[in-house]
Amino acid sequence: MPVDKLLHIEDLVLYFRTTQGAVQAVDGVSLDLDYHRAVVVLGESGCGKSSLAKAILRLLPRNAGEYHGHVYLEGVDVMALSEEEFRQNVRWVGMSLVPQAAMNSLNPVLRVGDQVSEPAILHLGVSKEEALELARKMFQHVGVPVDFLSRYAFELSGGMRQRVAIAMALVTSPKLIILDEPTSALDVLTQANIFNVLKRIKQELGISFILITHDIATSSELADSVAVMYAGQIVEVSEAADFFAEPLHPYAQKLMASVPRLRGTREPEFITGQPPSLLAPPPSCRFAPRCPFRFEKCEQDPPTFERKGRKVKCWLYS
Amino acid sequence: MAVEVVETIQPSAAATENVLLSVQNLRVWFELRRFGFGHAGYVHAVDGVSFDLHEGEAIAIVGESGCGKSSLMKTILGLYRPREGRVLFRGQNLHEMGRAGLRWYRSQVGYVQQDPFGALPPFMSVRRILEEPLIIGGVQSKTERIERIYKVMEEVKLHPVEDYLDKFPHMLSGGQQQRVVIARAMLLEPKLIVADEPVSMLDASVRVEILRLLRALQETHRLAVIYITHDLSTVRYFSERIFVMYAGQLIEKSPVERLLNNPYHPYTMALLTGTSEPDARNATTFKDVPPGEPPSLVHPPRGCRFHPRCARIIQGLCETEVPPEFEPEARHQVACWLYR
Repeated sequence: MPVDKLLHIEDLVLYFRTTQGAVQAVDGVSLDLDYHRAVVVLGESGCGKSSLAKAILRLLPRNAGEYHGHVYLEGVDVMALSEEEFRQNVRWVGMSLVPQAAMNSLNPVLRVGDQVSEPAILHLGVSKEEALELARKMFQHVGVPVDFLSRYAFELSGGMRQRVAIAMALVTSPKLIILDEPTSALDVLTQANIFNVLKRIKQELGISFILITHDIATSSELADSVAVMYAGQIVEVSEAADFFAEPLHPYAQKLMASVPRLRGTREPEFITGQPPSLLAPPPSCRFAPRCPFRFEKCEQDPPTFERKGRKVKCWLYS
Repeated sequence: MAVEVVETIQPSAAATENVLLSVQNLRVWFELRRFGFGHAGYVHAVDGVSFDLHEGEAIAIVGESGCGKSSLMKTILGLYRPREGRVLFRGQNLHEMGRAGLRWYRSQVGYVQQDPFGALPPFMSVRRILEEPLIIGGVQSKTERIERIYKVMEEVKLHPVEDYLDKFPHMLSGGQQQRVVIARAMLLEPKLIVADEPVSMLDASVRVEILRLLRALQETHRLAVIYITHDLSTVRYFSERIFVMYAGQLIEKSPVERLLNNPYHPYTMALLTGTSEPDARNATTFKDVPPGEPPSLVHPPRGCRFHPRCARIIQGLCETEVPPEFEPEARHQVACWLYR
């Protein structure tokens, strides 16, 4: 069991029960994250990337079915903890979440300062004044004027609200923050600003990030390494420098080729077909039906191969 | 002599003849009310916008949320009335057309919405969704309607058509839903398509497919297209000219490639810097973005509306005088005092 890793996920599985059977949203995901680093989980809608965030933080909806695997946070298998222990010692304190559309989920009848300080009061057991002081500090880190503490969410712009949501995830000083599509609803300049903020808190506070996104171009703003997810599985894990220069998995290559560029002559491509249903995914490689390099071997589910320190789940690299 | 005359007259005459849509000094203001009846100022959503769109031409309007691009679009679609200025379609003023004229106008203009799922009624099958505009458009014969539905569905590549006709929107993927929306916009054989962020809700791998489809339709039917977006990187695959909008005004108009490689307005430069390209080096560099946020459109800044955020401000000029449109290069206009 690697203790030197901040986060070590092993064979994590999360299925959802539906009337038509089990949706295999997260299907045997393994992932490592070191201290002071950011990993990007890249994937298109419905690939299970948000479910992965939920599975790591054990924020399960009512229809969660099968749920097992190991999640080691600083060497402790948090999957083995009871619900109460997990709530007290892991959530917020060990790792926190900036959920999708966080800026629209702030409570409209609370002042944002009170809302940001609340996790500190509950999880760190500090007094209200101390918590507000922490919130003030976090506001400075994310670049929100301190006098906004006494404002309400509707008085802030989208970008400011998103910063507040990030401040809230920071206030309990966790080691790890999971960001689920932190900028997808924001404008270009606001988005660039938020990434500047994230880079700064990564440098200044030494926090690690899991960034979940579908946007390859902006994901490169924070990524130290990249994990590509397809149909509930991770198909490639590479260092960012390697990945953005040359992705290995055919799906990752196709995805990269579909990114429109500002300059250059290359026409973007698209991927024909659709991802398989997660109700009954094929026993073959899940990308095989859409893959241009498909051959006989692809009838079987490929294991994960190592290649120059990169991991890729594709028979081409056997 | 005679030849010379023809040569000098023809281009200008052809140019005006070719203009499909002419937007002239358009202002769309929304009144703010205090307690339901007291006047509390105006939101200057569109404030002095002019441009000509030629037949078969694709233009892009780029701007951030709240810059007025949707208000501009809805005025062009005839949903809002301008406070000032005119929208001329083939020389006819849209807001003086009357009922029959508007019905004709709406058959000439197709609208592709941003969110395909929200734009399609959930209780209607694809067949009914596509049949309705034809019924309203006055196509009497049922067989002709079905024929035209088949034709347009083939065109947007929803084939085999039979597989899709009886499906409901929730049974389709996002890309297929957007194809239905495009098919609906194309049904009455319009001359102009207004596409409001047609791909922003779609996945990366599908996005390019839909953009290419729109481009193909534009070319085969010689459609004029107004493509509204906040994403500069998709623009060059689609349109010839690009207009950058900020705080209710068009601040830069240019051919696409020229704007991407040689922007003039400081705001356009900031937009280009802010747009990410997949590159691992991004993670170690900070982006140089202008401070602050777009201004309130109730009390927009005096002078140039970008001056409070502009690093290249000319003191004593930018904050008092509204910059007119300068043309530092042919076909490339910019509203910025730097180019006086």
